[in-house]
Amino acid sequence: MDFSFTEEQQMIRDMSRKFADDVVMPRAEELEKTGEYPYDILAQMADLGMMGIPFPENYGGSGGDWTGMHLCIEELSRGDATLGALLDVTTSVVAQELYEFGTEEQKQKWLIPMAQGKEIGAFGLTEPGAGSDAGATKTTAQLNGDEWVINGTKQFITNIGLDTASIVIITARTKSTEERKRDQINTYIVPKGTQGFTLGKRYDKMSWQHSATHECIFEDCRIPRGYFLGKEGRGFAQHLAVLQTGRISIAAMSVGLAQACFEASLKYAKERVQFGQPIYNFQGVSFKIADMAMNIELARNMYLKACWLKDNNMPHVLEAAYAKLFASEMCEKVASDAYQIHGGYGFMNEYAVSRYYKGCKILQIVEGTSEVQRMVISRNLG
Amino acid sequence: MNIVACVKQVPDTEALIKVKPDGSGIEEGGIKWVMNPYDEFGVEEALKLKEKLGGEVTVVSVGPARTMETIRTALAMGAEKGIHIDDPALYNADAYTTANALAAAIKEIPYDIIFCGQRAIDGDMGQVGSILAELLDIPQCTIVTKLDVGDGKATAVKPIEGAQLVLETSLPCVITAQKGLNEPRYASLPGIMKAKKKPVDVKNAAALGISVEPKAKIEKMTPPPARPPGKIIEGEDPAAKAAEVIRLLREEAKVI
Ligand SMILES: Cc1cc2nc3c(=O)[nH]c(=O)nc-3n(C[C@H](O)[C@H](O)[C@H](O)COP(=O)(O)OP(=O)(O)OC[C@H]3O[C@@H](n4cnc5c(N)ncnc54)[C@H](O)[C@@H]3O)c2cc1C
Repeated sequence: MDFSFTEEQQMIRDMSRKFADDVVMPRAEELEKTGEYPYDILAQMADLGMMGIPFPENYGGSGGDWTGMHLCIEELSRGDATLGALLDVTTSVVAQELYEFGTEEQKQKWLIPMAQGKEIGAFGLTEPGAGSDAGATKTTAQLNGDEWVINGTKQFITNIGLDTASIVIITARTKSTEERKRDQINTYIVPKGTQGFTLGKRYDKMSWQHSATHECIFEDCRIPRGYFLGKEGRGFAQHLAVLQTGRISIAAMSVGLAQACFEASLKYAKERVQFGQPIYNFQGVSFKIADMAMNIELARNMYLKACWLKDNNMPHVLEAAYAKLFASEMCEKVASDAYQIHGGYGFMNEYAVSRYYKGCKILQIVEGTSEVQRMVISRNLG
Repeated sequence: MNIVACVKQVPDTEALIKVKPDGSGIEEGGIKWVMNPYDEFGVEEALKLKEKLGGEVTVVSVGPARTMETIRTALAMGAEKGIHIDDPALYNADAYTTANALAAAIKEIPYDIIFCGQRAIDGDMGQVGSILAELLDIPQCTIVTKLDVGDGKATAVKPIEGAQLVLETSLPCVITAQKGLNEPRYASLPGIMKAKKKPVDVKNAAALGISVEPKAKIEKMTPPPARPPGKIIEGEDPAAKAAEVIRLLREEAKVI
């Protein structure tokens, strides 16, 4: 058993941490306040090759692995979890789906610029009536000559509002012209700007203000036949396969956010004096911080194990679900304790912990709620 | 252009430094090691120069096995190759012995310009770059915040008390880098992935044919004395408190 990182993983982690400290952290508060999209930071991330870490160089990637990718997500999320979400959706989910299931032509057209960070991807699974029950999708796709005609609505779609967003990969029910017992669920690539594809207004959110989340509306939206992604009838399975990686990404984000909470709490508790001494001297405070440190490390080990399994092409359904569930619930507790340790200042927007607290809950919702993770786990226990 | 950048691995600026009980050095367990920040400026300037004038950057470092991480970081930033001088007799060597080892390694390769940090943040000696220039018998510009290289010469700006010097020198020369010279780049992902494939020569003192006899030896390290706790003067009456401060300054601290 070997717990050490490779030299490359170590360097990715160091570089991402430095980047988060120097470039991301100083901007996080302002971005959350204004909701402006951080195009300049995204351009730097693209230049550094952060958007394509696990993909080979001939597809615009950096030739790294999923462990390195997630170390990067953790460090970025320590600076600003919203950037972690952007990276998760683009790289772990959309780019991976293109890489795993796309045709060579699709990879050339969309994967390469995405792995290079020049374009951003979006993933459309959720609908008003299909959340946790994602298979209940009502969006339809019908072949008409050489085109697919898409109708329906996807909601809560991350990244799609960015100017640099190129495509959304959606699931849709395929109405077959032939006689078939059940509709198939398939995946389709819909480029932004396609006629019949419009965005609903930007959501007013509790956190992640600078994440570009919109509703995607398809009204007789026609895409070429070649924009069908992957195998017929396998669309849902394909989506779930990449969502497994998305879960690891949310775990890494949770660890990063919790790490930021921990660092802020440790510093504050050593500085804040009450009853004539730093509050860190009181066990009621220092034990909270001890628990934070321990739980963060446990969650980190779990997501890294899931990454290791993935990098070694081994099954990791359970591990990805454990990592996501444990890390996101851990993060809420850590953020809550960080707020508690800051007392009244924790409520003040000028203290980072207030932002952390607002941003922790969503991690238990996206890429499958905590309940869905428990469903996945219990179903896989035999 | 053949460019050399000397780098040293030092404890992270945020590392908690503890002196060993016997005073022979610092406790190394648990320390995070990084490239000396001033050397980063040197590496960045070396890379910028290469990008402008063409050529190759070789990084050279003296230190134990872990030093390879720092060499790889410089390679990931964009340097072409490395020389790792690894010899137990040189671990914690004094400035002269270190510079002598660097000089011996650099003499074996072509060089037009050599970058060092103006000092290392661990030992804070600020001597290696200068001694290296002397040993190679070439000019040096130290503590440089701006550099222009072209037409076989280098023009360097060096801030001094209340003014700045503009120095011009022929090549080859040694430049020691000061904060402000540039903004060091991050190692990019493609750079990181390629770093391992770049050649690094590992050499010991025997291979370089150098003496490791130190000129200076650290007798003992001691941590700075703990600061005595401050005194808080309690009381309700500001005038009485002020009088007490004056009395203490006069009688205890004896500063007035
Ligand atoms: C900011 C944000 C960004 C998002 N980005 C994307 C995106 O990019 N792409 C995308 O496709 N989706 C995205 N989503 C959608 C997200 O994945 C869904 O919100 C999530 O899957 C839950 O679906 P729902 O909101 O419809 O909740 P519901 O499924 O309606 O769930 C409501 C509650 O019921 C529970 N529940 C449901 N079924 C069961 C059950 N069988 N047993 C026990 N409990 C159950 C849930 O766990 C939850 O607590 C995003 C959401 C948000 C808020």
